[in-house]
Amino acid sequence: MRDFKPEDVVGGYKEAVLDLYGGLRRVVFYTNIETPYPDGKLIVSTTDTNGIITHGNKAFVEMSGYTLDELIGSPHSILRHPDMPAVAFKDLWDTVSKGEHWQGIVKNLRKDGGYYWVKATVIPNIRQGKLVSYTSVRRKPSRTKVEECTVLYASLK
Amino acid sequence: MTYQFTVSPDFSPDHLSGWYIFNTWLQKQTGEGIHLEMYNSFQEQGTAIQNDGVDLIYANPFDAAMLVRDKGFCPLAKPVGVADEALIAVSADSAIYDVADLSLGTKIAMTDDPDVRMMGMMLLEPGDLSANNTQIIHCNAYILVAKQLLQGHADVGVFLAEAYDDLSGMIKSKLRVLVRSEISVIHHALMAGPNLAHRKEELQALLVAMGADDKGRDVLKNLGFEAWATVDHEDMEFMIDLMDALAV
Repeated sequence: MRDFKPEDVVGGYKEAVLDLYGGLRRVVFYTNIETPYPDGKLIVSTTDTNGIITHGNKAFVEMSGYTLDELIGSPHSILRHPDMPAVAFKDLWDTVSKGEHWQGIVKNLRKDGGYYWVKATVIPNIRQGKLVSYTSVRRKPSRTKVEECTVLYASLK
Repeated sequence: MTYQFTVSPDFSPDHLSGWYIFNTWLQKQTGEGIHLEMYNSFQEQGTAIQNDGVDLIYANPFDAAMLVRDKGFCPLAKPVGVADEALIAVSADSAIYDVADLSLGTKIAMTDDPDVRMMGMMLLEPGDLSANNTQIIHCNAYILVAKQLLQGHADVGVFLAEAYDDLSGMIKSKLRVLVRSEISVIHHALMAGPNLAHRKEELQALLVAMGADDKGRDVLKNLGFEAWATVDHEDMEFMIDLMDALAV
C-alpha cells in the first residue's frame, strides 16, 4: 500500500501505526481537520473479493484526496482512520462474506491527514450465484449518529 | 404475436404522445405488432408484470431488480445524458435552510414515484428523518407537491429534479431548494422480457441508430432526449446493487 508522506499532510499531525486486514501494517499521519460530506452526493467504490479497489467515482477521488490512479489497486483500508476500532471492520468482513449487506457509520482518513464521516453500505456483488466483488456506497450521515459513534468507537479502542 | 409494451407511470405528461409515436416507429422498424399500454399507477403496472403481461418496458430503476432477477428481463438502452435525480424543496419563506434543522414529525409531500421517494428519503437522512418519524403526504403529481408547500400543508417536498426544473418560473420563485442529489448513475432503461430476448441485439442496434437519423431524432425529441445508449447486463447489475445499497 502507498506510504503516508508527511509532505502530503495539511496542518499539525499525530502519528499512528495501524494493523490492517490481511496482515498489513501502515504508519499514518492524521489531523483534526474535518472535510464535511458534500450534500446530495454518493461516494461509490468497488473492490475485488480481497478488498483491493477496482473502481471509484469522482466523489470518491474528491473526498479521499487521492488520485484515481493511487486508489485503484490499493486495499480499501487505505482509508482506515486510527480512531476506527478494528472490531467494526471485523464485523464488516464477517457480514459481507456471508453474502449479507453491512451498514455503519465510518470515519475515513484522507490523504492529507484529515477525515470525513460517512454512512457506508457494503454489498456483495453476486453474479450467476457467485461472489465476484464488493461495492461500497457512502452517503451523508446525521450529526447525531456521528456524535454517537465518536463516543462508541472511543470505548471500543 | 403482439408484444406488450409499457412505460413507467412516472413519465412526464408532456411526453405521452411521444411514447405512442415511438411505439409506431418501433413497430415499423421491427415489423412486429406492439401494443402500448400505459398504466395509471405502479401498482397496476406491477400486477401486469407479475402476470407476464409485459414484454417491453421503459422501466423505473426501482423496478429493475425485480425485472432482471425475478422476471428474466434484459436491459436494452437508456437515454443519453438523462439521469434520475431528486431534490428537497421548501417554501421560499421557510425558516429551514438545512436538512439537519428539520425536526421529527416533519410533513413531507411526495409522489409514489419509487426511485425519487428512495433518493428523497436518503437526502433527508442527515436530519435523522425516516418514514417512521415523519408524516408523508401522498400526491399524484409533482405540481401537487409544490401546491402542498405553497399552501403550507407540507414542510418539505420531494421532487424528481427534472420535474422541479420544469415547474413555471412563478411557482419556483415561491420555493427554495434545500438539497439536490448528484448521483448520476440511476436512470430509467428500456428492457426486454423473455419473449423478446432473442431480438436484443437487433433492438439495441435500431435504438442506437435513432440518434443518427433525422426521423429517429424527431421521434426522440418527443420523448425529451436526443439518443439511446446501450446498457449491458453488468451496467444494469451495478445499478441494481446501488439501488439495493440505498434501500437500506
